[in-house]
Amino acid sequence: MKTALYASAAVLALAAFGTTAASAQSRDTIQIAGSSTVLPFASIVAEEFSAVFPEFNTPVVGSGGTGGGLKQFCEGVGENTTDIANASRPIKDSEREACTAAGVTDIREIQFGFDGIVFASSANGPDFALAPVDVYKAIAAQVPVDGKLVDNPYKTWKEVNPDLPDQPIALAVPAANHGTREVFQEKMVSAGCEEAGLPADAPEDACTTYRQDVVTEISGDYTETLARLASDPNTVGVFGLSFYEQNTDTLKVATVGGVTPSKETVAAGEYPVSRPLFFYVKGQHIGTIPGIEEYVQYFLSEGVSGEGGILEAAGLIPQPADKTAEELADFEAGK
Amino acid sequence: MADLTASDSAARRQRVRAGLKRRHLGEQLFRGFGLLAIAVALGFVALLFIDIGRKGIPAFVQTNLHLAVTFDPAVIKLDPKPEPSQFASEAEYRAASLAWQRDAALLNWNKIVEAALRQAAPAGFDIDARALLRIPETNARHQLREMFVANPDLLGQTVEVDLLGSADTDNWVKGNIDRSLGDAQQQLAPEARALIDQFQQEGIISTGFAWSIFTNVDSRSAPASAGLLGAFMGTLWMMLIVIVLAVPIGVAAAIYLEEFAPKSRLTDLIEVNINNLAAVPSIVFGLLGAAVFVNWAHLPLSAPLVGGLVLTLMTLPTIIIATRGALLGVSPALRQAALGMGASKTQMVFHHVLPVTFPSILTATILGVAHALGETAPLLLIGMKAFVASVPATPLDQATALPVQIYLWQGNENRNFFEPRTAAAIIVLLAVMIILNGAAIYLRSRLEKRA
Repeated sequence: MKTALYASAAVLALAAFGTTAASAQSRDTIQIAGSSTVLPFASIVAEEFSAVFPEFNTPVVGSGGTGGGLKQFCEGVGENTTDIANASRPIKDSEREACTAAGVTDIREIQFGFDGIVFASSANGPDFALAPVDVYKAIAAQVPVDGKLVDNPYKTWKEVNPDLPDQPIALAVPAANHGTREVFQEKMVSAGCEEAGLPADAPEDACTTYRQDVVTEISGDYTETLARLASDPNTVGVFGLSFYEQNTDTLKVATVGGVTPSKETVAAGEYPVSRPLFFYVKGQHIGTIPGIEEYVQYFLSEGVSGEGGILEAAGLIPQPADKTAEELADFEAGK
Repeated sequence: MADLTASDSAARRQRVRAGLKRRHLGEQLFRGFGLLAIAVALGFVALLFIDIGRKGIPAFVQTNLHLAVTFDPAVIKLDPKPEPSQFASEAEYRAASLAWQRDAALLNWNKIVEAALRQAAPAGFDIDARALLRIPETNARHQLREMFVANPDLLGQTVEVDLLGSADTDNWVKGNIDRSLGDAQQQLAPEARALIDQFQQEGIISTGFAWSIFTNVDSRSAPASAGLLGAFMGTLWMMLIVIVLAVPIGVAAAIYLEEFAPKSRLTDLIEVNINNLAAVPSIVFGLLGAAVFVNWAHLPLSAPLVGGLVLTLMTLPTIIIATRGALLGVSPALRQAALGMGASKTQMVFHHVLPVTFPSILTATILGVAHALGETAPLLLIGMKAFVASVPATPLDQATALPVQIYLWQGNENRNFFEPRTAAAIIVLLAVMIILNGAAIYLRSRLEKRA
């Protein structure tokens, strides 16, 4: 028994020593966090990166949403902070300020492609041809009727617009922690709000307040939205284009303004609900954490994020090659 | 008087008899209720196992492609592999070797995969390259490249290679996607589907046990090759840390509190707090771990070390309480006999009391560890839900854990493929749990017999 006691004490001492050694040892794996829309792309690049650059470890890619990723990114400079933040929207001024306050001054923005946001419903249900104004009328807490704001009276899509199916309104939209929410708000709801024409005395948040009875805000992944659709087939959900494309057997996509979302229509700018995708690099970590520069260069290479590259096969909508070249030049110049 | 007693006893007998019926009914009702409760509980457990088994067991089978692959020199245009003898120093050789490997990685290996597939397809089969390359998993090119890098003599040779079928191929072969759906709703092009069916008839595509679940790490670029090895190792490191830290600290704390500490208000307070700590929800430990270990102590994110420390905090109260219970159960006669023979208090505890409680402590430890093994919530808060495509070599490397991997797969976009694979991961986790609990029962009965 005494030996066991001594052994335990030795192990404890060793553990304590290991802990202090841990903080002294330098990290040699790139740490990434952020948008769940960018996560699949970043993960694929991480895997391929370690195949092409055997001298570096496979970068670790975490999720947490654009907001969560940037918050982690802006916690400071040092080995236990992340090196790269994935984002499905540009960084906000408030986030930049938080970064600067924590000493993160060298933030390099890289735009690497586009993503479409689609409305999808159950594959067995009717077809939807939506316009921003329809979505606004279905989702807003108060809508203008005869020049006055009243509590949303619509129960079915047909009441909103006679061309739409006679199906109860039920919407599953991303919650505010997702970058997708902002694009959805701006390109669909706010656009529709403007079109609907608010009375002059309408409150400021009339375009951004959703009704609570038929709208579900999803803070998890798209699979949660999909589960919502499975339990209530009347639900219309908001998804990323690449998620829809991998689940075409259960989902049916709605047209927006008469345009069917696809890689081609988004790339051509015809489909209105799309957004650029970004990642932000902590310039101060370049040189400390090995491989960051190579990761960025590899990410922006033609075979990866260019046309016909591995990310296009995974659902990314590539941006023009000269835009990518410009982003890379800016990154290398330290911008 | 005697008359009165006779009628009195008769009345009492009648009363008892009348009550007896009711009591029997009551007992029968209670028994029936107990049986019903057991049936319902077992029913739910059976439902869980049947559902997971139905979904998960097919995922242990994977679709393989057997192809004759030609390492075509027209595609593989590379300098000969650098040899150590050609270079003056080790560093130079390493640099040249890395450069050579990078050149190899930048070749278009998909051309070789495509050529092999076209070779296997019937002559003149019309299918475009993109549709064709969706049949094998995307890691085929890495597999071929690694074969070549390991053995550059393969150049110009044709060898038989087993490749993984892609997740979409796997879904089609297993019927995870409805085969009657129209082209627009299918993942694969009609030509690709026809070719897969033909390959299957010819035996080029066959199904076999999915070893990749156990031998591979997680993968997003090649979902069909995604496995649990990384998560399993992460869990193993964490459990090691939990055992190494929680057992000695927990047992020592329990011994001190039970045998040495004076009974005072302070020790009472400590006891109450330990009992409370055992009931604290695990997510709270996660928040604490994120604040203390990551933000304050600056330990690395997503490291099994931090996960292990958090789970140690969680397991400690369980072990302390169980050990104290076991110590309390030891007969005072044993202690008094030891002390009476002139043993010191420490000798009494370590030579006589502790060995008797060993089976209980061991069981508590294993059950505590099994509980920690299945814990997910605290790990999500310390960055362990990141995508990690490597096996953690030390507890300081980034890793995930088995339950977190289940959570990650559950959120994967390719629902048709990952729903079964998630269930398969659950089966693996449950198997590990059952083995641990089985070990606890076995060791307990063995040690109790000895003691």
